Amino acid sequence: MSNIREKISTLLPEAVIEDGDIMQVTVPDAKWHDFAKSLRNDADLSFDFLVTIVGMDWKENGMGCVYYLTSTKFNTHLAVKVMATGDRERPLIHSIFDLWAIATIYEREVYDFFGIIFINNPDMRRLFLNLDWKGYPLRKDYDEDPSINPVSIENERQTDFTDVWIETADGKIEKHERRIFQPEDFVVNIGPQHPATHGVLRFRTAIDGETIKKIDIYLGYIHRGVEKIYEKLTYPQTLHFMDRLDYFSAHPYHHCLCMLIEEAAGIEISRRAQVIRVLMDELSRIASHCLFIGTYCMDLGATTMLFYTLRVREQILDIMEKTCGARMTFNYDCIGGVMQDLHPDFVKDVHALLDVLPANIKEYNKIFTGNVIARNRMENVGVLTREDAISWAVTGPNGRGSGWACDVRKCAPYSIYSELDFEEVVREEGDSMARFKVRMDEMVQSARIIAQLVDNIPEGDYCVKVPKVLKLPVGHWFKMVEGCRGTFGIYLESDGTTNPYRLKIAPPCLPAAAVVDHITDGQKIADLITIGGSLDYIVPDIDR
Amino acid sequence: MQDLSVGTAWLHSFLTDYIPEWAAVTLECLLIGVGLMLLYAVLALFYILFERKVCAYFQCRLGPNRVGPWGLMQSIADMFKILIKELISLNHIDKFLFALAPYLVIIASMLAFAVLPWGNGLQIIDFNVGIFFLLAVSSIGVLGILLAGWSSNNKFTLIGALRSGAQMVSYELSMGLCVVTMVVMAGTMSVGGIVEAQNHLWFIFSGHIPAIIAFVIFMIAGTAETNRGPFDLPEAESELTAGYHTEYSGIHFGFFYLAEYLNLFIVSGVAALLFFGGWMPLHIPGLDAFNHVMDYIPSFVWFIGKAIALSFIIIWFKWTFPRLRIDQLLTLEWKYLLPINLFNLVLMVIVVTFGLYL
Repeated sequence: MSNIREKISTLLPEAVIEDGDIMQVTVPDAKWHDFAKSLRNDADLSFDFLVTIVGMDWKENGMGCVYYLTSTKFNTHLAVKVMATGDRERPLIHSIFDLWAIATIYEREVYDFFGIIFINNPDMRRLFLNLDWKGYPLRKDYDEDPSINPVSIENERQTDFTDVWIETADGKIEKHERRIFQPEDFVVNIGPQHPATHGVLRFRTAIDGETIKKIDIYLGYIHRGVEKIYEKLTYPQTLHFMDRLDYFSAHPYHHCLCMLIEEAAGIEISRRAQVIRVLMDELSRIASHCLFIGTYCMDLGATTMLFYTLRVREQILDIMEKTCGARMTFNYDCIGGVMQDLHPDFVKDVHALLDVLPANIKEYNKIFTGNVIARNRMENVGVLTREDAISWAVTGPNGRGSGWACDVRKCAPYSIYSELDFEEVVREEGDSMARFKVRMDEMVQSARIIAQLVDNIPEGDYCVKVPKVLKLPVGHWFKMVEGCRGTFGIYLESDGTTNPYRLKIAPPCLPAAAVVDHITDGQKIADLITIGGSLDYIVPDIDR
Repeated sequence: MQDLSVGTAWLHSFLTDYIPEWAAVTLECLLIGVGLMLLYAVLALFYILFERKVCAYFQCRLGPNRVGPWGLMQSIADMFKILIKELISLNHIDKFLFALAPYLVIIASMLAFAVLPWGNGLQIIDFNVGIFFLLAVSSIGVLGILLAGWSSNNKFTLIGALRSGAQMVSYELSMGLCVVTMVVMAGTMSVGGIVEAQNHLWFIFSGHIPAIIAFVIFMIAGTAETNRGPFDLPEAESELTAGYHTEYSGIHFGFFYLAEYLNLFIVSGVAALLFFGGWMPLHIPGLDAFNHVMDYIPSFVWFIGKAIALSFIIIWFKWTFPRLRIDQLLTLEWKYLLPINLFNLVLMVIVVTFGLYL
């Protein structure tokens, strides 16, 4: 940590360095792009992974962004705070889209919610909200009057143009118009109502015969504004929205927010609660990967596999139902531990699951993985290199399929993961087959973790006492966990009241969907389905 | 072996006793037409239920089991549902071609029914180029699919139709060459003649190596020809929603649906004809008692039984394999199946010329 501090002070003497759970550097916008370049390219820093960009509105203190960066080489973390220049009508920050590919999308999100304009970003359309939306909802002075943005009964307006703000050589900011698609492009809509997009996701696909030329991803059909809703809820209430993001990894997401609030409030939870949480995380990982394998095979036309994988998933859901009382949107983790104790049958049921799992995985491999058609469809299709995976922030099994060891359980262990014996599954090929096989092998590793824990669940409280009215001290925290689909991060800023000042979700599925354009270039339409399926994004997690 | 042509001859003489010849023939044609359509509908209903049950057991499910015993009435209920559904009329389409397309598809498969060897003496027309006629009429179907895709004025249907065109034209070649190979073996193009030629032993056994190669290729090409999985690209659900018939509704969609199942039957029927003797019972040279017992099973049971058994294999493909990609599909045909087929044809000619068959 100390050498990063020295390095940064030599690079940029005026930077204000502030310690916290993650070191935070405040940088003026004028120096930001050059500073970002050295953060990314300097051999001693090499912050090559942009975790998220948190847009912020500090009312009279101005608007700005907090960039969370990670170095995959040194496993160090850094937060950079950049204040926007200009007034509230037109706040400006320099774009870093040329350094981290994923910034293009992240900056659009900030623009959508805060109206901060990123200079030089080639695409400054709104990301989630309608073209005609008035106001920027996450600004603190946003007017929520429903008559300003009534529910439209007209078709949504569409455009092929985007405004871009380009900085000229003499420092002036000019507004230009840019085309997304050329007039001669043959654009096919894939989605929002389409069987293979796994939700209401829309790809505007320019094709030449069967070959894909360009994909424009169009989001926001299931945008519910949860980040806005969070600001009005008390901390225990915020938990109940976590399972509506990625509904297949409700447990890890709850786990993340609980850990974050517990850390901020200084609550120590019992070991029993920790073990239960980890058990549930890993069970949901197996269930989620089972569903992935099934739906992916169905996308490729092998419908029968879906039923074989759902058989195992059902068994897990039965286990969850007994303990958590739900089969889908679990609200099991709570601040201080878990909601209720394990069901008496839990250990027995989990053993029954562990007994049938290996035979099932063997069967999946037999029927699908080695099949010559499956191999032709998946091998060398949608190759994502390690550099691109990091630049596009594609984490989780997708990143590990590209040879990037990005498992948060290993590189920044939380809860009791550091004591557990399991392997991080990494494959080098980077194609759809690698992403598929990583998930297949991760099921085995999760089963290993469960086998280690299930017979050693310690006695104790499943939930410690927490104050009825929970107030967090002033400050900000950032926490990451390994969700079923990748690195899931939460940024929380508290102003000392009972509800969060800003709670930002950094979902793993948004980069996975954003990278589709990059890796489908020049492939066939059928490959879009293969690639999209192998990336396994969940739309509510993207749109929030 | 009962010759069912006795019955038809009796009907003809019975009718000519009372009405003039021309009226009798017209009446017979009408009867056959009605009978054929009824058979067509019943077979389609049976096939829909059959496929649903088979795929359910592959997938550890029960399949339809609510309407009637073992769900037997499910297809009939579905038929009534599809008959009373609204035909949605769309704007900005070519209305004439849009309405014509499903009829073309269904006419193609109905015409093919005419030359299938239903039983001993139960063939509707048996002329000297019967198998050639079958190939010719079954290729009208692709025209219907292309028209459906084009006239719908929809990007998905257009891509589906173009895929279908490329696929069916390519695989027709393989099918044709397989048929030619077996015609070399039979020495005739007449359907009745091909069946008679297998009186001694079915071609799959007597033609040994080239016949087995031709059979395997025929099954692959036949699956592709009927647009079924793993070659169901024209209607690949996960890619193109429903491909060329996305915009169709009601009975027009029903026609495509029927034609798909009936084409499955036709392909299996032709495979049964070419390789398993059509309606010819299993005869093994030298085992006269066995052959005699086999003859007691009615000939139409043999034919339909063989066709259904072969359809089961095609259904098995569909519910096991993932779908191919369009370029892989065409590579398979043009780079593998076609050269093997040409080689196989030469091999068959050698086998026949030198009398190497059993």
